[in-house]
Amino acid sequence: MTASFRACHAAATDAAYVFAQMKRKRIGPTNSIFILVGGMAALAAGCPNSDGERSGAVNVDGSSTMYPISQAVAEEFRAETGERATVGVSGSGGGFTRLCRGEVHVSAASRPIKPSEREACAEADIDFIEAPIAYDGLAVLVHPDNDWVESMTVRELKKVWEPAAQGEITRWNQIRPEWPDRRLNLYAPSVDNGTYDYFTHAVVGRESASRGDYTSSADQNVLVQGVSGDPNALGFFGYAYYAGNAERLKLVAIDDEDPGTHDGPVRPSADTIQDGTYQPLTRPLFIYANREALDEETVEDFVEFYIGESAPLVEEVGYVPLPASTTELALERFAERATGSVFEGGSQIGVSAEQLLKGS
Amino acid sequence: MTDRASARASRESITGRRSRVPEQVFVGLCWLALLVPLLMLAVLIVDVLLDAAPRLSWEFIIEYPSRIAERAGIWPALVGSVYLVALTAVMAIPIGVGAALYLEEYGKRSRLAGFVEVNIANLAGVPSVIYGLLGLEIFVRLAGLGPSLLAGACTLALLVLPIVIVSSREALRTVTPALRESGFALGATKWQTVRHIVLPIALPGILTGAILSMSRAIGETAPLIVVGAAAYVTFVPDGLQSQFTALPIQIFNWVSMPQQEFLVNAAAGIVVLLAVLACLNAGAILLRNKLQRRNLA
Repeated sequence: MTASFRACHAAATDAAYVFAQMKRKRIGPTNSIFILVGGMAALAAGCPNSDGERSGAVNVDGSSTMYPISQAVAEEFRAETGERATVGVSGSGGGFTRLCRGEVHVSAASRPIKPSEREACAEADIDFIEAPIAYDGLAVLVHPDNDWVESMTVRELKKVWEPAAQGEITRWNQIRPEWPDRRLNLYAPSVDNGTYDYFTHAVVGRESASRGDYTSSADQNVLVQGVSGDPNALGFFGYAYYAGNAERLKLVAIDDEDPGTHDGPVRPSADTIQDGTYQPLTRPLFIYANREALDEETVEDFVEFYIGESAPLVEEVGYVPLPASTTELALERFAERATGSVFEGGSQIGVSAEQLLKGS
Repeated sequence: MTDRASARASRESITGRRSRVPEQVFVGLCWLALLVPLLMLAVLIVDVLLDAAPRLSWEFIIEYPSRIAERAGIWPALVGSVYLVALTAVMAIPIGVGAALYLEEYGKRSRLAGFVEVNIANLAGVPSVIYGLLGLEIFVRLAGLGPSLLAGACTLALLVLPIVIVSSREALRTVTPALRESGFALGATKWQTVRHIVLPIALPGILTGAILSMSRAIGETAPLIVVGAAAYVTFVPDGLQSQFTALPIQIFNWVSMPQQEFLVNAAAGIVVLLAVLACLNAGAILLRNKLQRRNLA
């Protein structure tokens, strides 16, 4: 530390000396560049970091869906406590990889942790605490000029999206005979997106199984552009992206034809997503915190803030907050430091976060 | 009769009226070739300026990013980018120029040298994500630097190194052998010749290469994301180990936000990035011109 500090100090004085000599024209510009570059390199190599090893910030990484929430939480956390936080966007899978390598404190995910990822964490001896944060609806959308579609059943969605539909279902009247004989143009998030995983799981029945002949984009704003500019479009993406562009898009109500839930088609809205009637395209969003990192007070405060205080922020950035009772449960589990996932059996469709927490 | 006619024809073909038309067409085409890219650049800049106008203000530059588009600023990303480029320059330019000097002035023409040369040229064409993966494994994990400013700068330095080497070599080659030989004739050693004759003359050209490589470094996103640059940081980097974000990453994030207002922020971010780039280039060009004048004097 002292040695490196001395090197750093020497380099800085070196640079100051060169500037002074240059002013007096003792050293030509070529020489001065040599000395300056050398000095700066020494500066780069030798200067100790004022904060020591870590920069002392809470590190969050994960799903792009969760990014606006994490960003808002980090922003408010800084405003309230002055503590630092960083948010990365590696995707849900990337976030889990980094959590299980011990590289980040918190992983934000748009799906529950997978068994393979749990194993990776177990191998690295990393315990985690799971907490639901919000609900996100997957909206099915058409162009505002589309006057024939008001609702679709899950069976119809499956008929359109299943792998066997590729090259077969290409016109609207193939879905329902009374619909017009027009081309059917499909828009969906790209396959590395958690939104796509969830949709295929919920609609087709198997994760990541779908037809391939549709327009895909990792940036859901591109999908908004696509659907709002194509009268024959049918697409799906996160409800938050609909909420930001409501006047350019038309929502399709979804009927799950399940007698156990709400009868008839349901349109996604903050209410129907929160009370669980918009099924099966409602999914919970989570954070996973490194159990050991919670011993650091800043990280503990941050995670508690994220679980307990994020509801108004969730709403502000376009997602649907959990009912207060679910947040209570999540906070209790956090206080007990209950580790592990309530999704030991894999991801589930159509179960509320509260049911899951109670069942565990 | 036929002789005279053919003489006139051949004179006309050289100086006559007909021969001026193709030339004028050619000059016109050259103008067009110059105008089209300039026009496109102008359209792009005007378009992005119009989009950015409502958000461009001093607050935008010195504020931290926010979930509320109107309140969001670009300060941490701006500082991060400036640090990154400065660190990259400090690492890549001395190493790159040194490598070029060795290859041009000292290295022998061997099969190994040929092999090295071909590979440097190849490296210049490797996609930047690959450098990101390399940086992730070597700097972030093996060297234990973590997703820090230093790891990011090291990765970018690797990325631009081939460009610096290739352009520096080109610059060194423009120094006529006669000048080197006169150096030797005056009894100068190899080092003295390189140091006092070759380098000063080649320096403006070397700087041009450095400008180009730094312009490339400041616009890179993919390798930084791979190395683990955060998308959102609530602080300005305060050391080499500090986590960071950079302008292109911030712009990319704003573009993919659900709310339309963030597109305006993205446009404003692009303007800031362009301004930083213009400042960097202007500084380097001023320095180059100063050196060039000195060479002529």
